[in-house]
Amino acid sequence: MKGPVPPGTNTVNNMENITIAHGSGGKATDQLIRDIFFKYFKNNILDEAGDSAVCDLTGGKIAFTTDSFVVKPVFFPGGDIGKLSICGTVNDIAVTGAIPRYISCGFIIEEGFPVSDLREIVKSMAFWAEKSGVMVVTGDTKVVEKGEADEIFINTSGVGTFPDTGRVLRKRNISRGDKVIISGTIGDHGLAVLSQRKGFEFERSICSDCAPLNGMIASVLEGVDDVSFMRDPTRGGLATTLNEITGPGLGVLLDEVKIPVAREVKSASELLGLDPLYIANEGKILVIVPPGSERRTLDIMRRSEYGENSETIGEITGDDAGKVCIRTRLGVTRIIDMLMTEQLPRIC
Amino acid sequence: MCWSVPGKILDIDNNTARVEVSGVIKKVALDLISEPSVGEYVLVHAGYAIQKIDREKARFTIDFFRGKFSHD
Amino acid sequence: MIEYVDEYRDEEICMDLSGKIRAVSRRRFNIMEVCGGHTMSIRKNGIQKLIGENINLMSGPGCPVCVTSINDIDRIIALARVKGNVICTFGDLFYVPGTDSSLADEKARGGDIRMVYSAHDVLDFAGEEPEKKFIFVSIGFETTAPTSAASVIEAGKRETDNFYLLPLNKTMPAALREMVRRKDSNIDALICPGHVSTITGTGIYRPIVEDFKVSCCISGFEPVDLLSTIYLLADLHEKEEVSLINNYKRAVREDGNGKALHILYEVFEPSDTVWRGIGNIPGSGLGIRDKYARFDAVKMFDIDVPVSVEDPDCICGEILTGVKKPSDCALFGTACTPVNPRGACMVSSEGTCSAWYKYGE
Repeated sequence: MKGPVPPGTNTVNNMENITIAHGSGGKATDQLIRDIFFKYFKNNILDEAGDSAVCDLTGGKIAFTTDSFVVKPVFFPGGDIGKLSICGTVNDIAVTGAIPRYISCGFIIEEGFPVSDLREIVKSMAFWAEKSGVMVVTGDTKVVEKGEADEIFINTSGVGTFPDTGRVLRKRNISRGDKVIISGTIGDHGLAVLSQRKGFEFERSICSDCAPLNGMIASVLEGVDDVSFMRDPTRGGLATTLNEITGPGLGVLLDEVKIPVAREVKSASELLGLDPLYIANEGKILVIVPPGSERRTLDIMRRSEYGENSETIGEITGDDAGKVCIRTRLGVTRIIDMLMTEQLPRIC
Repeated sequence: MCWSVPGKILDIDNNTARVEVSGVIKKVALDLISEPSVGEYVLVHAGYAIQKIDREKARFTIDFFRGKFSHD
Repeated sequence: MIEYVDEYRDEEICMDLSGKIRAVSRRRFNIMEVCGGHTMSIRKNGIQKLIGENINLMSGPGCPVCVTSINDIDRIIALARVKGNVICTFGDLFYVPGTDSSLADEKARGGDIRMVYSAHDVLDFAGEEPEKKFIFVSIGFETTAPTSAASVIEAGKRETDNFYLLPLNKTMPAALREMVRRKDSNIDALICPGHVSTITGTGIYRPIVEDFKVSCCISGFEPVDLLSTIYLLADLHEKEEVSLINNYKRAVREDGNGKALHILYEVFEPSDTVWRGIGNIPGSGLGIRDKYARFDAVKMFDIDVPVSVEDPDCICGEILTGVKKPSDCALFGTACTPVNPRGACMVSSEGTCSAWYKYGE
């Protein structure tokens, strides 16, 4: 999203960097909000500038989520902390079966953070909010002294509503025999971020897969009426997420050969001694459907933006211990546990 | 131990090479290799090339397994 | 397709080899797979399930993190606690418990601990931050030690005065000999480390074959490599023959990598060192020669290392020497898990207990 900016826009109050004054609630804060947040997040709810956003919601259930984003570096191939903060929250709402509607964003900014970077991040958030069909209706900004935060942290909370005919997707809907579908290649995001760290760089960057998936999810829910469950495999990767959804009497058996991994991700993982099963994704969903709906679900996903590489990768088993297992390409079945500690590139 | 991956030398600049492992290119130090050349395959370990891959032997090994063990 | 890797994962070849192994091995047979990388590959690919009931695979001490003594871990932690020191390490060491702390704990307390992919990166850091002292924790066997040596030589060329190496590298031959020589050893054959051998060559295993009549087969890390190695060893065993075989010819030459060995011994010389769970093995460590003493973190930093205390219930030592399996340990999977490890075998990405926990038995 970085590009040429008109002269004079890299400052607020003629300051190139965020200062404590920008977070103190006075004139400088007001200027910051107008110059950046209100300018790019334009909508009539936000423009009311109330202490709270007052929104119209239909009666019945709402989906409500929150997430905080502390990614480092703040800008990485394929995205930035702003894009992550919008897409992450949009996706968390969408996987429950709800339509994402309204987002709040709270910023904690380290004194000295470049205004130009903040502007880029907010522009990115505005872009992806519009693309996702959500409105950023309220927010907050705090500035802390240098060294008390690492550049910028963002929290987004989001609210979604259920269509009249919509079901709420819950874990308890998962049944033995259900098929497990992934919407595309795994491991892209985690490697994109790691590869920005000194010593881990690759020449042609691996791009994050960060993306808003609510469009694809809505298409699936419109076209398939018995989807059991959905979740996005973020931190800890596919393996960890699958371990989170199993339980006594319900396990998972994956087929190694079917799991899509991009060529560069496979190579980079080999070089660093990492396992893509445990690497974070930010633009993928797991969709669990009864076997009769597998074909239809795949067709819809593959025709959707961000879902062209969708594959069935396994099925739900009646495993007593609720284990996640994988049948390797050699036909041997072994367990996949969840990530225990941060996966660290190894030499050994 | 000693996690290493074979990669192809794309070009050499003094003591460093750009090495490609199936679509991913990394800078690798050549301090431990004698007379490296472009197009050669090397084992990459901890940022260094540690040995050259003997492509003849590699080809022989796989053909051997395919021939001897697959068609008895 | 990763060349020289994917073809060695060919399912058809693996299934054929698996059948051959089961057909040829009629008698009970113990193979020690020395190298932690082999342990991981075996467990990840489920190779132990493909070789029949008669072959017992035992893990060995070839996991450099696992065999780093608790005293050495405590030394690293003591260095980390000195203000102005930056500890640079491979990721494997981060969570290994010392007597009362780990590098992860020290980082949480404000220590400057950085994970690196290569010793070379530490040199760059040192150049960028001249006010700090950068200490690279040099672990690993003969595969990795030359890379550390090369970084010391480069530091000399750059006249870097804030780069140090903590020499914790170990060498294989004496340790292998120790494994085989022990009275309680029931090792019939060894799978020898593939990448160590690319540096050392094949000759280092010959004394073990000749003196102890134990077959040694050098192996690569992919399923085809390991299955063919196990087949070769099983076949020798059935014929009651003993031999040294290089089954990783695409990467291992008989005389190894002369240039790497030269660089290794330009900077390092053999020293005594303690292997966790085994004890002192004379001449099996690598110390920095006097010529490069100014880069030696042991000589250049005067720190107190408190008396180190092993966890009395941890049996990592017996697991590393193949005497016991993780399932024999009372702590395995209960008090000792990857989240709360009591010993190095559970923490290290290549530790036997870690592999068993992650991939199942």
